[in-house]
Amino acid sequence: MELSKNTEGVLFDIKRYSVHDGPGIRTTFFLKGCPLSCWWCHNPEGISPVPVLSWHRNRCIGCGRCIAVCPEGAWSESDGGMVRDASLCRGCRICEERCPTLAIDFADRKITLRELVKEAEKDIPFYDKSGGGVTFSGGEPFMQPEFLLSCLRALKEREISAAVDTSGCAPLDYLLEAAEYADLFLFDLKLADPREHKKYTGVSNGLILSNLVRLDEKIASLGRGGINIRIPLIPGINDSEETLKRLAGIAAELATLTGVNILPYHSIGKGKYRDLGREYKMEGILPPTEQEVERALAVFASRGIKAVKGG
Amino acid sequence: MRELNERTARLRKESFEAEPSISIERALLTTEFYKENEGKYSVPVMRALNFKNLCEKKTIYIGPGELIVGERGEFPKAVSTFPELNCHTAEDFEILDTRPMTHYRVKAGDRELYSEKVIPYWKGRTVRDKIFSNIPEEWMDLYQAGCFTEFMEQRAPGHTALDGAIYEEGLLEKKKKIATAIENLDWMNDPFAAEKREELRAMDIACDASILFAKRHADLAEEMAEAEKDEVRRGELLKIADVCRHVPAHAPRDFHEALQTYWFTHLGTITELNGWDAMSPGHLDIHLAPFYEKGTEEGTLTAEKAKELLSCFWIKVNNTPAPPKVGVTAAESGTYNDFTQINLGGVKADGSDGVSDVSYLILDVLDELQLLQPQVSVHISSKTPDRFLRHACRVMRRGSGYPSAFSSDAVIMEQLGMGKTIEDARTGGTSGCIETGSFGKEAYILHGYLNVPKILELTLNNGVDPLTGKKIGKTTGDPELFKSFSDLYQAFEEQLAYVVDTKIKTDNFIQRMFARYAPAPYLSANIAGCIESGKDYYDGGPRYNTDYIQCCGIGTTTDSLSVLKKHVFEEGAVSMKDLRNALKDDWEGHEELRQFLWNRTPFFGNDDDYADSIMQKVYGSLIDAIDGKNSPKGPTYHVNMLSTTCHIYFGKKLGATPNGRFAFTPESDGTSPSHGADRNGPTAVVKSLSKMDQLKSGGTLLNQRFLPSVLAGEGGLEKMAQLIRTYFTLGGHHIQFNVVDTETLRKAQKNPDDYRGLLVRVAGYSDYFVDLDEHHQEEIIARTAQENF
Repeated sequence: MELSKNTEGVLFDIKRYSVHDGPGIRTTFFLKGCPLSCWWCHNPEGISPVPVLSWHRNRCIGCGRCIAVCPEGAWSESDGGMVRDASLCRGCRICEERCPTLAIDFADRKITLRELVKEAEKDIPFYDKSGGGVTFSGGEPFMQPEFLLSCLRALKEREISAAVDTSGCAPLDYLLEAAEYADLFLFDLKLADPREHKKYTGVSNGLILSNLVRLDEKIASLGRGGINIRIPLIPGINDSEETLKRLAGIAAELATLTGVNILPYHSIGKGKYRDLGREYKMEGILPPTEQEVERALAVFASRGIKAVKGG
Repeated sequence: MRELNERTARLRKESFEAEPSISIERALLTTEFYKENEGKYSVPVMRALNFKNLCEKKTIYIGPGELIVGERGEFPKAVSTFPELNCHTAEDFEILDTRPMTHYRVKAGDRELYSEKVIPYWKGRTVRDKIFSNIPEEWMDLYQAGCFTEFMEQRAPGHTALDGAIYEEGLLEKKKKIATAIENLDWMNDPFAAEKREELRAMDIACDASILFAKRHADLAEEMAEAEKDEVRRGELLKIADVCRHVPAHAPRDFHEALQTYWFTHLGTITELNGWDAMSPGHLDIHLAPFYEKGTEEGTLTAEKAKELLSCFWIKVNNTPAPPKVGVTAAESGTYNDFTQINLGGVKADGSDGVSDVSYLILDVLDELQLLQPQVSVHISSKTPDRFLRHACRVMRRGSGYPSAFSSDAVIMEQLGMGKTIEDARTGGTSGCIETGSFGKEAYILHGYLNVPKILELTLNNGVDPLTGKKIGKTTGDPELFKSFSDLYQAFEEQLAYVVDTKIKTDNFIQRMFARYAPAPYLSANIAGCIESGKDYYDGGPRYNTDYIQCCGIGTTTDSLSVLKKHVFEEGAVSMKDLRNALKDDWEGHEELRQFLWNRTPFFGNDDDYADSIMQKVYGSLIDAIDGKNSPKGPTYHVNMLSTTCHIYFGKKLGATPNGRFAFTPESDGTSPSHGADRNGPTAVVKSLSKMDQLKSGGTLLNQRFLPSVLAGEGGLEKMAQLIRTYFTLGGHHIQFNVVDTETLRKAQKNPDDYRGLLVRVAGYSDYFVDLDEHHQEEIIARTAQENF
């Protein structure tokens, strides 16, 4: 199949030598946009489907280039350094283009299918040696369903193994079609209780859970592929025995379960909230201790599931 | 660290804690001998007789509990000097004794004794004096500006490794071969027959000297046994005596004798001269495996015993710090590491896998002892079992930087490209840091580092060194008049050719000085080809001869050219004039421009063809300028891509560079990307490096620093092994890891005493972090840390 230059998607990041998003050494493409807005999200710049400015203050040298080029006067200088009035920004991105230190970043990069496949192909020697491949993450990759499916088809044709890291919050048909091409789904589960789920992620989990069941059936019928359940472990939010038991129960029902990953919450994303000028709701919540992680793993073990810490 | 047995633990502690010191015994004996015998013999025979005199008279040492015996000085870590090559001054001794880092203690009174007995005689007579009195001005200008270094002004060409021959044939057999070679000299047709006879006679004397040296150890061991009260130790001493009476005169009969054979050979070569990178045993596991098999099958050897002997041998190597330099460089700290390297794995001469039980034992010894020397490298071929690579990665991951990893297949192909037979290539490997050679059959001599970014700097200043204002290079045109990138590049190539040719002309002269005044008959007797040809190691005697020039800073050069190409010539974002002004100001007042160039230019190490194609072009130019150039031995010059720590010295001799680097800061090391320029992770680095046709070189060096968390767990281990395998599949020569976090290194800077044992990878070797000066320490911290993605 010829690769179209017209099929285009939007990424907010690409990571090579990604070693926690599926088996082996992988390249992960982060597709922009997400229907959820989880409190603990460590990629908040990927939530909005449109470009949003992140200002990495630690890189800023106060050269004033942004002030000089901004047609809206959104940037100015005060005693303490640069100041930005977000309400004036119309998203022309000239400041991003001209900032010498890359301190201004709209985390939004258009990429064609052709470019993406070429990028993915760069690390084929590593995929071959390690049993790795490509992972689509986000955001929520199914927010760009046509693009995602085109990518998966193209990679499948080139015998590059692909995984999709999804919240499951997407129209079912897309998930089922993706199962035709992807070798693995990294399916995120956060909370079992619908109201809690709504509170912390912005959406209920009804669709997610029904999608999971249907996806499992589909993969089982295909006789290839599998589902890894990934659970962020967040003290005080989803680490109660009851919640974990219910999540383990959901996982235990799956016919194509290939593993469960417990991902201990970390606060590395905190700085990104500041850069985005957004409130960080997780203030004061500490990462789980080793014992807390062990306890969570034990809950799964008691259901006969071998969960592991980390990706 | 695992539990060491009592003996090994004690010897290790003594070796670790022993202070390096200067031993003037060799200098006194040599001076006395030369005074008495000057003019009586041909040069090679004189050298051999001096060596024999040393073997006969030097103080010998057998320490409590030792199983492998022999020291270079009077006791562990006492380092000889070599006044016939270059003579330390009293001031050198003062500096060596008192400098804060890598000092060498000088015994009270020795400085005065040296001034009285040694220094006056050698004035004007040293090889160094002979060299420097004949150096052309243009060479000196480039040398002083830091365009290149010269290895042979401080130490003799050495830097070799042995093959398995010493374990198959004793020196008495060798003497017979020498006698036959003398008999077969063709006096009727060979105009050099007389010279050859002298050289062969010298080799014969050198063999006697080595046997004599061993015999003295046997006598001492017997004497000590007689006085020994402890039954067990008495038995050990008698065994030592038995071993030293048998080897190296005869071929070794068991594992213990095999190790002692190597050690006597090693000691002989580092007593004869101070050759660069001492001496190396090469594929030690392959050489020892038959003795291990025999011993364990007969029941005379256990794995534990073999390990103990290996540990005793290890400690011996650690007891021989590098001989300190003379002159201005004495003030700079260096390293105690003398670069002895053990190759593990690889393949045997017949192409079969070289991994054996001994390979695993040696990895364990390395891991348990955590000593500076010797260094270990693992050679990974397509036949190497994954479990061996994983085991090596387990040791690497602990962070000491040992072992480093080489592609055995690449090392073999590099040698085939230089015209060696497949068997000789397979029994070859790497020594020094990463340099490829055929062990036991080749003189592959390092000639010094080439400062490639400095050559670009000369190009940007029409041959003038901007740091001194002195015209030292070629007039290649006013850079502000260059119309295109290719104009600039052509000027760079002309400048490069000028610098390289200037260096080679003088290097060829220096080579002859060593061949004429400092032949090495003992070393020659141990390298295939020298007896057959009747010629010395320094005179083209070995079966193969290679001269390497080690090119530094390809990352800095590539990135700077990328800036010039993209922003000056293609996009016009900055004019040549403005850029040159910014460089002259060391970016002061131009930070915005510097940031722009640093952040908005494709750099080497990101798997970006724009930058990588420039790297390929520069690499091609280096090959064109160096490869196949003539030495007195034929078209033997080759490119090597090593920097060791010279990228720091070269950086100090270099103004600001277009890639955003500040003046006087380090250049990129080895073939690694510039610090902080690689932003796409290790696979992108490996891909960029694989675009260099490394098989055309005599070795490349890639440093990778990882945070420990990335490589944690069995999964992390697997991925480390896969990264190495993939790099080698893609044609990589070498990769090494520092697995340590910045926080630990900062703590070590603050509290050096708490971190005395912290080994880190520096270049082709490891060193104690707290023994590095602050520039080296900062350089290691600045290496891009591959994080957890």
